[in-house]
Amino acid sequence: MPMIEIRNLSKWYGAFRVLTDCSTHVDKGEVVVVCGPSGSGKSTLIKCVNALEPFQQGEIVVAGISLTDPKTDLPKMRARVGMVFQHFELFPHLSIMDNLTLAQIKVLNRGKEEALAKAMTLLDRVGLRDQAVKFPGQLSGGQQQRVAIARALAMDPLAMLFDEPTSALDPEMINEVLDVMVELAQEGMTMMCVTHEMGFARKVAHRVIFMDRGEIVEDAPKEDFFGKPRSDRAQLFLSKILHH
Amino acid sequence: MGLDLSFFTWDLVKNFLVGGLVFSVELTLIAMAGGIVFGTLLALMRLSGRSWLALPAAAYVNTMRSIPLVMVILWFFLLIPFAIGRPIGAEWSAIITFTAFESAYYSEIMRAGVQSVVRGQVDAAYALVLTYGQTMRLIVLPQAFRNMLPILLTQTIILFQDTSLVYAIGAYDLLKGFETAGKNFNRPVEAYLLAAVVYFVICYTLSTSVKRLQVRIAIIR
Repeated sequence: MPMIEIRNLSKWYGAFRVLTDCSTHVDKGEVVVVCGPSGSGKSTLIKCVNALEPFQQGEIVVAGISLTDPKTDLPKMRARVGMVFQHFELFPHLSIMDNLTLAQIKVLNRGKEEALAKAMTLLDRVGLRDQAVKFPGQLSGGQQQRVAIARALAMDPLAMLFDEPTSALDPEMINEVLDVMVELAQEGMTMMCVTHEMGFARKVAHRVIFMDRGEIVEDAPKEDFFGKPRSDRAQLFLSKILHH
Repeated sequence: MGLDLSFFTWDLVKNFLVGGLVFSVELTLIAMAGGIVFGTLLALMRLSGRSWLALPAAAYVNTMRSIPLVMVILWFFLLIPFAIGRPIGAEWSAIITFTAFESAYYSEIMRAGVQSVVRGQVDAAYALVLTYGQTMRLIVLPQAFRNMLPILLTQTIILFQDTSLVYAIGAYDLLKGFETAGKNFNRPVEAYLLAAVVYFVICYTLSTSVKRLQVRIAIIR
């Protein structure tokens, strides 16, 4: 059973169709990279999976639970999926520690001690143990994004969604974030990543999805996507981002 | 006609002004606290996206902001006893009126404040499975409040000046204290002049502190 299954998903903003009949899946432990030109609907697709964006047609099933079923407890479903945003979205008025413990305490009803211990373990894991008492504004972009990953992991998600996690970062900070993501992938986390980091895709992705104008144009194993001939649009896109 | 300020003694301050100043400050602080609480609720109603909440809130805010404060003070003074069936003092009437009136202004400030918090913050809170209430209370409102703090305080300084309008219903505030003293000593011009100086000193000091606070907040961010 796939961890995330997207079936014939369509979405409109008013009369404008942003997603057209998208179908794909992410198996347990699988890492899927979603790429494509800007405005192609990648971020919208990934936000639909987390029910942050409503959609009008199709179905999304996460860990066997359908988003469209009116009986589904959306918050409960969301708790199974962690999300990392392009602009980090740490809470600027809370310390790093409070950013990591807030939802653990308020949503998962963990005790303070337990939440703190969990937060410290995760901060340690992303190499930021000594930043716990600081505020987000005092950290670099790369550090903030690593904290954001730790914050999502603190909820013990079954799968992680990444929405262009490195595109708001200065170049020298991209690798520290990718390293954390690679480690996560190698530990077997189920991941769906919207990213243009093809190095990351080559290294850990199992499949690559290429989107253009709201459609999934190509959905192929990594080797096929980077190797064999593929759709013209994907080829054109790759030639644009890879030729340097 | 020369100015004679010799009547302005410590006894006068004690007998006529302190009580008035205490009431003016009380009225300001209560109306500010109540105004921010009710104003925030009104702002959340208007931003709720539910017309049965948004429309009444919008109607209330726009009505209050379109009527001169003096009229609201007079109307409430006449209407509240009628509504609750027993007389109510000018002081209580003023407290209720100012809280109701200022709520409309604070609500517009808080609405702008909530809108100043980027959409991604709400997404992040929802992604962490916080409820709407938790998202507002723990994530959005603290940031909105901090963003708007200088404007909220500036509105409070205006509110302090506006409390002098309670003269319309005869409540004893700072201005009334000066007026009474002026009448007693037959020095109305001097009394009003001193009143202006005192209001100026209080408000100018406060607005300078707000400016300083603004700079400090700007550095923290």
